[in-house]
Amino acid sequence: MTQETIDTLWTYGIWLLTVIGFSLLMIVGLLLIIAYLLLMDRKVWAAVQMRKGPNVVGPFGLFQSFADLLKFVFKEPVIPAGADKGVFLAAPVATATLALTAWAVIPVSENDWGRWVIADLNVGVLYLLAISSLGVYGIIMGGWASNSKYPFMGSLRSAAQMVSYEVSIGLVIVTVLLCAGSLNLTEIVNAQQEGLGTGIGLPNSFLDWYWLPLLPMFVVFFISALAETNRPPFDLPEAESELVAGFMVEYSSTPYLLFMLGEYVAITTMCALTTILFLGGWLPPIDVAPFNWIPGFFWFLLKVVAVFFMFAMVKAMVPRYRYDQLMRLGWKVFLPLSLLMVVVVAGVLQYGGFV
Amino acid sequence: MTLIAFFFYVFAVLCIASAAMVIIARNPVHAVLFLILAFFNAAGLFVLLGAEFLAMLLVIVYVGAVAVLFLFVVMMLDVDFAELKAGFIKNAPVGAVVGGIVLVELALLFIVHGFDLGTAGKLQAATPPIESGIANTEALGRLIYTKYVYFFQASGLILLVAMIGAIVLTLRHKEGVKRQSIAAQVARNPATAVEVVKVPSGSAIVPSSQGQNS
Amino acid sequence: MTQLLLEYLPIAVFLAVALAIALAMMIAPFIIAVRNPDPEKVSAYECGFDAFDDARMKFDVRFYLVCLLFIIFDLEIAFLFPWAAAFRDIGLFGFWSMIIFLAVLTIGFIYEWKKGALEWD
Repeated sequence: MTQETIDTLWTYGIWLLTVIGFSLLMIVGLLLIIAYLLLMDRKVWAAVQMRKGPNVVGPFGLFQSFADLLKFVFKEPVIPAGADKGVFLAAPVATATLALTAWAVIPVSENDWGRWVIADLNVGVLYLLAISSLGVYGIIMGGWASNSKYPFMGSLRSAAQMVSYEVSIGLVIVTVLLCAGSLNLTEIVNAQQEGLGTGIGLPNSFLDWYWLPLLPMFVVFFISALAETNRPPFDLPEAESELVAGFMVEYSSTPYLLFMLGEYVAITTMCALTTILFLGGWLPPIDVAPFNWIPGFFWFLLKVVAVFFMFAMVKAMVPRYRYDQLMRLGWKVFLPLSLLMVVVVAGVLQYGGFV
Repeated sequence: MTLIAFFFYVFAVLCIASAAMVIIARNPVHAVLFLILAFFNAAGLFVLLGAEFLAMLLVIVYVGAVAVLFLFVVMMLDVDFAELKAGFIKNAPVGAVVGGIVLVELALLFIVHGFDLGTAGKLQAATPPIESGIANTEALGRLIYTKYVYFFQASGLILLVAMIGAIVLTLRHKEGVKRQSIAAQVARNPATAVEVVKVPSGSAIVPSSQGQNS
Repeated sequence: MTQLLLEYLPIAVFLAVALAIALAMMIAPFIIAVRNPDPEKVSAYECGFDAFDDARMKFDVRFYLVCLLFIIFDLEIAFLFPWAAAFRDIGLFGFWSMIIFLAVLTIGFIYEWKKGALEWD
């Protein structure tokens, strides 16, 4: 081996180790945050119903999620006799892996060191849309492989539901892209530094973010995100009053945990995407002294948690939709509305002198 | 450079292997899952070519939508393996003839044009040059809607035909379904929905009209 | 190696790390947890009854129709992405060319609505 080859290997090795290190940091950090988001979800839900929520494991129940993890790992994994074993076990792994993979392109901050993102793709938005459209596979595979009636019906419902709301999510993303002019997530955030607020002479502030000019789309996106991630009030695939637990009926132990994990990672991804597309990502709410000293990452985290809080409140307060109502909302309200908004936004940009 | 070659062979081998498994797999659902794997590897090959937009679109459209439809169809079929096998033997000659014709045509194509890599280069030259530093998607966007506008509109018409065709072929209405009319529900008010009736003691209520309690 | 591919390589690494974590979680209970299957435990759940027939049954063709319509709208959105990215370069002509495209598809959408393909019954 020549000196040159060793040098090349050394460079590649360092590079690979760095990427693995950052990936691990991202995933472990994400899982830790999700452990506490899960606790927050249950606490918010409990508070709305005037209960205490989990409060036994650790102070204020802070270690509850970790206790749950241990409990799942020590449970017996049951595989139904009639199940297609390979697909049955592949489904939860696929769900969790795909959900986690979305975080490779999510930028959490940008400063003098560069962009805080694992892979800074030109087509970051499309990548996220692709990953979220794959979320349906874990559910179909799990429902089919269980060879049991409730999972099968749950997976059918889920597939049709996720597919219906993806159309409006896609159209909403197009309206944001029209305003931002780029498919790169970091550039979408940076495009929100100036907007309506700076247009009337104010300093850079939360009035510049896209939630204000695209307010109807923000609402449509939020509700579609609920439906896309099977959150209440759209949790028909696992409606416990009709389908027991939907596609997860036959699952136990960590296969079940992986489904739940995948679901919560997908929810967090949607929160992050809402933050990036509409709430200015890591930009401080007002770009003046005390606020812009705080690193962008904390603003990003704060916004994600705030959006998640809305998810939790919706879960606690809104009754479940019926399936025909769900389909009506997706196809007859959101689809025409978002299609109209694409045309309106494009028309305003074209004829309002923004091009 | 070697890394690109490495990834190319990984994607290519996996793509062909999973395509073979699509045919070999006995269970049609497994076949569709292998088809999805093949799509993924094809998307990987697109990325290696630098066509990132096409790669993402392949995943979004083919994996996210078309393959879901395939899975539905396959799951809807009552899988009867004996019948499938009988059909296979009956249809094998037809399939062999069609496959043979395609193979011969492909072979002829290669004999005429040769395995010259320069052909691909010539085809590439036919497309207008793209300024460097412009993202893939944007470069496509600059051409589709202006230079290739007729093809673009034709594709819109094809989508329209597909939409109408899908409805004509699959839409069946059930008889006697009571549908919810949300507008009518919201428009209801006490004046139209509630009737106050004075009931004289010892006599029954006679409804004033039939439609009131619907 | 081109800059473009350098941006995609971390995704492969990230995918591998995520897969490793998911697989580790998946395999853990098969190693450390007790496994004690019996015929009742591994039978399909059906509220305490034995299953009357196979779970893989025929289902409503409407799910299929929803999926078909989704493919068509997904393709429509696929055409919108490059348009939105290049919106500032293609001018008024590009704008109107997309409006006509959308108008054609809106005709289809209205047809769908009038035919009742969007009703769920």
